[in-house]
Amino acid sequence: MWSIDPILTVIAGLITGLVFGFLLQRAHVTRYSVILGQFLFRDFTVLKVMLTAIVVGGLGIWTMVSVGMLEPGQMHIKSAYVAPVILGGLIFGVGMAVLGYCPGTGVAALGDGSRHVIPGILGMIVGAAAFAELTPAMDSLLKAGELTVHGSNKITIADAAGVSPWWIMAAVTAVAAIVFYVIERWERRDDKSPPKHTDAGDRPTSTDADSAAAHGS
Amino acid sequence: MNITQPHSQPADRRENRSPRRPWSPYLVGALIGVLSWITFAGMGKALGTSTTMVHVAGLATGVVAPDHVAENAYYSKYLNADAGKNAFNWQFFLVIGLAGGALIAARLFKDTHVETVPALWSKRFGPGKAKRYAAAFAGGVLLLFGARMAGGCTSGHGISGGLQLAVSSWMFFVAMFVSGVAAAFLMFGKERNHVVH
Repeated sequence: MWSIDPILTVIAGLITGLVFGFLLQRAHVTRYSVILGQFLFRDFTVLKVMLTAIVVGGLGIWTMVSVGMLEPGQMHIKSAYVAPVILGGLIFGVGMAVLGYCPGTGVAALGDGSRHVIPGILGMIVGAAAFAELTPAMDSLLKAGELTVHGSNKITIADAAGVSPWWIMAAVTAVAAIVFYVIERWERRDDKSPPKHTDAGDRPTSTDADSAAAHGS
Repeated sequence: MNITQPHSQPADRRENRSPRRPWSPYLVGALIGVLSWITFAGMGKALGTSTTMVHVAGLATGVVAPDHVAENAYYSKYLNADAGKNAFNWQFFLVIGLAGGALIAARLFKDTHVETVPALWSKRFGPGKAKRYAAAFAGGVLLLFGARMAGGCTSGHGISGGLQLAVSSWMFFVAMFVSGVAAAFLMFGKERNHVVH
């Protein structure tokens, strides 16, 4: 049971985690207030990070699939069982709102200084153990609502719609761009209302550049 | 604006030029996207976190009851050296790296955010540590139970599954967001204007 992957795999995993954790901290999604701020529509950092990662990641991955760098067998698509995915997602959302982190940002928050995430991580381990013990009792639920296309349940939206993944990527990218545009406008209007400091000359322009780049205006 | 809460509103972010200022979420998101190219094409892996908690749970249970773990069908899917399923695998070290990477960033940018009881929580439920820790524990239990039921979490389903356009992952994304918003409003609906960072 106490077995370990080959050393190169271990190093690759460690480096990936170091980069991932570094990035999560730099976006401050390792913060309780940022996660809760998202659910309370007071801070849109989480949505911006996730949607940008999905768009940029997706454009690259599907390009690699298109040019044959990635085989369909090298994809990591999870099975579509509607009941456990939806129910699990609903339970997960409550847990995330109560803890204030998801598993990845929670572990990263440990490095960012969060103390209350420590009992949270212990809870995660207990939650995983509880699930493992209860799996036999949930057998029918965990297989309920299977969706298949050509006999496979590891399906993409493109498979389900019977179109090229590029149509779906185009739609996701367009929706993300619109969402970003609306969020940025809304946040900026928020900014202007209370006249706080007026050191306009000292105002860095990077946030403006960031947001302008995001919606291409 | 108060200097102890430099990141509370976008307006503050503009005025705060210290290294503690977070990077653009679009930049971070894009770099996570690029990281996923590397893991897919270079390592044959997808970013994920929650399976590692199953490994830890199995190892911890295995300390007291190794036979029980070996007989458990769910643990056996993930902890089976004969089938090349090692407990200390790529993702296990990714999760260790997560904490390390955030620690490096926090130190490098002098941006460590020590937090025992979050301000928002304290405003609603009081400053008591025991209460917050108990809630954090309970939240963690729900989080992983839900993640394992759905087959992934925010990284495995949300990012990796989302970018692969997986049907299951987009269903998960919508479900967890809806229930997260509902739970957050139930808890903090009245305090939502007090979200401070």
